[in-house]
Amino acid sequence: MLPLVAQRVALGLLTLLAVSVLVFAGTEILPGDVATAILGQSATPEAVEAIRRSLGLEEPAALRYWHWLAGFLHGDLGNSLANGRPIIEQLDFRLKNTLFLASAAASVAVPLSVGLGILAAINQNGSFDRIVNIVSLSAISLPEFFIGYVLILLLAVKLDWFPSLSAISPEMSFGERLYDIALPAATLTLVVLAHMMRMTRAAIIGVMSHPFIEMAFLKGLPRWRIIVQHALPNALAPIINVVAINLAYLVVGVIVVEVVFVYPGIGQLMVDAVSKRDVPVVQACGLIFAGTYVGLNLLADILAILSNPLLRVPK
Amino acid sequence: MTDEILRITDLRIAARTEEGEEKILVQGIDLTLHRGEVLGLIGESGAGKSTIGLAALAYARPGCTIIGGEIRYAGTDIRTLSRRERRRLRGRRIAYVAQSAAASFNPAKSLYRQVCEMPVRHGLMSYAEAKKAAAQLFAELDLPSPETFGERYPHQVSGGQLQRAMVAMAMSCRPDILVFDEPTTALDVTTQIEVLAAIRKLVRDHRTAGLYISHDLAVVAQVAQRIMVLRHGRMVELGEAAQILHEPREEYTRRLVSVRAAAAPPAEAAVAERGERLLELNALGAAYGRLRVLKDVTFSVRRGETVAVVGESGSGKSTLARVVCGLREPAGGSVRFRGELLPPTLSLRSRDQLRRIQMIYQMPDMALNPRQRVSEILGRPLSFYFGWPRAKVTARVEALLRMIDLPVEFAARRPGELSGGQKQRLCIARALAAEPDLVICDEVTSALDPLVAEEILKLLGRLRDETGVAYLFITHDLGTVRRIADRVAVMLQGAVVAEGPLAQVFSPPYHPYTEALLASVPEMRLDWLDDTLRRRAGRQGAEGPVIGAAAADRFALGT
Repeated sequence: MLPLVAQRVALGLLTLLAVSVLVFAGTEILPGDVATAILGQSATPEAVEAIRRSLGLEEPAALRYWHWLAGFLHGDLGNSLANGRPIIEQLDFRLKNTLFLASAAASVAVPLSVGLGILAAINQNGSFDRIVNIVSLSAISLPEFFIGYVLILLLAVKLDWFPSLSAISPEMSFGERLYDIALPAATLTLVVLAHMMRMTRAAIIGVMSHPFIEMAFLKGLPRWRIIVQHALPNALAPIINVVAINLAYLVVGVIVVEVVFVYPGIGQLMVDAVSKRDVPVVQACGLIFAGTYVGLNLLADILAILSNPLLRVPK
Repeated sequence: MTDEILRITDLRIAARTEEGEEKILVQGIDLTLHRGEVLGLIGESGAGKSTIGLAALAYARPGCTIIGGEIRYAGTDIRTLSRRERRRLRGRRIAYVAQSAAASFNPAKSLYRQVCEMPVRHGLMSYAEAKKAAAQLFAELDLPSPETFGERYPHQVSGGQLQRAMVAMAMSCRPDILVFDEPTTALDVTTQIEVLAAIRKLVRDHRTAGLYISHDLAVVAQVAQRIMVLRHGRMVELGEAAQILHEPREEYTRRLVSVRAAAAPPAEAAVAERGERLLELNALGAAYGRLRVLKDVTFSVRRGETVAVVGESGSGKSTLARVVCGLREPAGGSVRFRGELLPPTLSLRSRDQLRRIQMIYQMPDMALNPRQRVSEILGRPLSFYFGWPRAKVTARVEALLRMIDLPVEFAARRPGELSGGQKQRLCIARALAAEPDLVICDEVTSALDPLVAEEILKLLGRLRDETGVAYLFITHDLGTVRRIADRVAVMLQGAVVAEGPLAQVFSPPYHPYTEALLASVPEMRLDWLDDTLRRRAGRQGAEGPVIGAAAADRFALGT
């Protein structure tokens, strides 16, 4: 088992390295030059040259990549081109906000969707199963911004239960922040719920045709116990994988929701940086997103290995 | 007898097909079972044996319904009970032992967790008490280190041990009735004996009533006092075990008995040396990683000859087949075919070399593409190897169908429209279409019912005489070997331990492993199991019984 886990970790690191090359190369081939971007179209060639020299753009790309990666590994993400301040300052607050929102949404969405999936499997083809399926499918079919605005209209404007904007700041208490992000978290929950719920249901029902499930029925166990104790442990691998993908989405794919609720997250930062051609910020965000994806999938792989007794317990 | 425990009357079970039609699976079955009595249910696939066995627990597989009759357990008709009451009966009063323990144990939970589940969930014992009771049952069933055996996961114990663990699980609530559904069918013969002996001892010691389902009359006769013969969901006959075995009343039972009995006497006919050497294996080896699965295998097959390769699961016989036909690269030694060295892998062999060695598989269902028509299945080797034009291919397909006794109209059908036996005939015709010199038959009759298997063997014999093809016949069934083989190679843990003409290998003096194998094949007499166990106890004496994997280790040391 250990070699298997080590192999996954090594593969994960290799993927990250490849992604860092892609991120760097991708921003390199963007049309236009950072120097002209900073100075504008009417800059004199001398001024552009001076800027290029001060940014170290004269060096070959491979060398700059190496400096960039080495700096990243030491926690030095470089300075923003837009305002000259260290990227880490802006990123720190934003990344924490994004992770805060993602954790809040995940801590509701994951147990809820796995639980609903289990209940739907227990009542397979029953009315509960159908209703949960229809509701979750409708939620996934609607665009995120639409769900967001509907929630704002109902819960913020009409009922005035929650704030419509989630412009949180560092001096707010944990409780205040939690209250502020109620609506975006609810929106995200609705978006990721269906995928995880349906996979949980399908994975469990897939296991139900095995002979050991029939055996469990013949032992006189009730259906809910068979599903929870016999089917679920054998359906964990696909469920873990789909949960990991959705968790990654909660970190990486929330730009629209951030915009709707004016939430200071990392997605907005990246969009701003792209429009300003603030290349170092884009690179830093890109690498963080990639790291999130690779890290969560790696975790899912390892958990899936651990959940399989054939791999966990040697013969 | 007054201690009747189960009475089934006029049981009818139906399945709903995809088109919504009702298909009757079981029709008008009556049976009674008394405390301490074992009733054997015997029949071919589709006879409704398992369906009846499950009905004794008031359980019907998804898609099936019990549509009529009474199932009285201790006087109450369990069909009239509520779902909850039925659940309290299952496992606790009536328990089930499934055919494949490997599939019927949850791979994600330890054996203790599963064996103790019933007494704990039915509220009979605490988990600690149940563990203690389970350890005791493990000891009764001769499982190794019974205290810690239950801590293992299903994949950590051998097939025979797992099957006994399943018997322990079924016994965990001390039920009144045990339903055994082919509990030894998936096991090797030497392992089958241990499990049979364990089952019989347990049932006797605890005076448990049993329904013993099997397709093998000789096996049933060792444990059952009475036997019911079933066919197409109806009863053919019911009688004392001795009467069914020795004086069957019905024609169908007689056929079942005679197929089984035909396996008994070894063919004494001296085999004339057949033609020149066709296939020569010389010190052949193969390995999966560091695990050596073939060790120094040396023997040859002559033209028109049938060489059987026998051995239990894991003996390397299927790997041998894969090496010969080029699917697996050997790790040493050589394969000579028609005097020339065969390249190790498929891609290096010429089309003519490929054509001359064909293969027939165990599962005809999986060996045939369900989307192709019979004409395409048989036509493909003809156009591939010979490049024949369409008209010639069509004519040859018809000739091939006639050769395997199938109507010419079958050319337009798909495999799904054929029976199991017809599919295997089709596989034979496909192999022979290439006009090979050698056909490798890998357990070709194992998945078939005895009567169908018998016909396939006859067909193979006839086709060999007609075409002069040679067979490398891989099987675990010694009865099949006796009927078809000229020569035999006995394999144990990747090595050939005995090789020679059938009559020589299968008569004294035996190699000890061959003898153990032969002694483990159930015979059509009631006292076979007692005799065999007694002989074993006598011979092994102080060393204790040597069976299953232990035997394999010991015999392998001598080679």
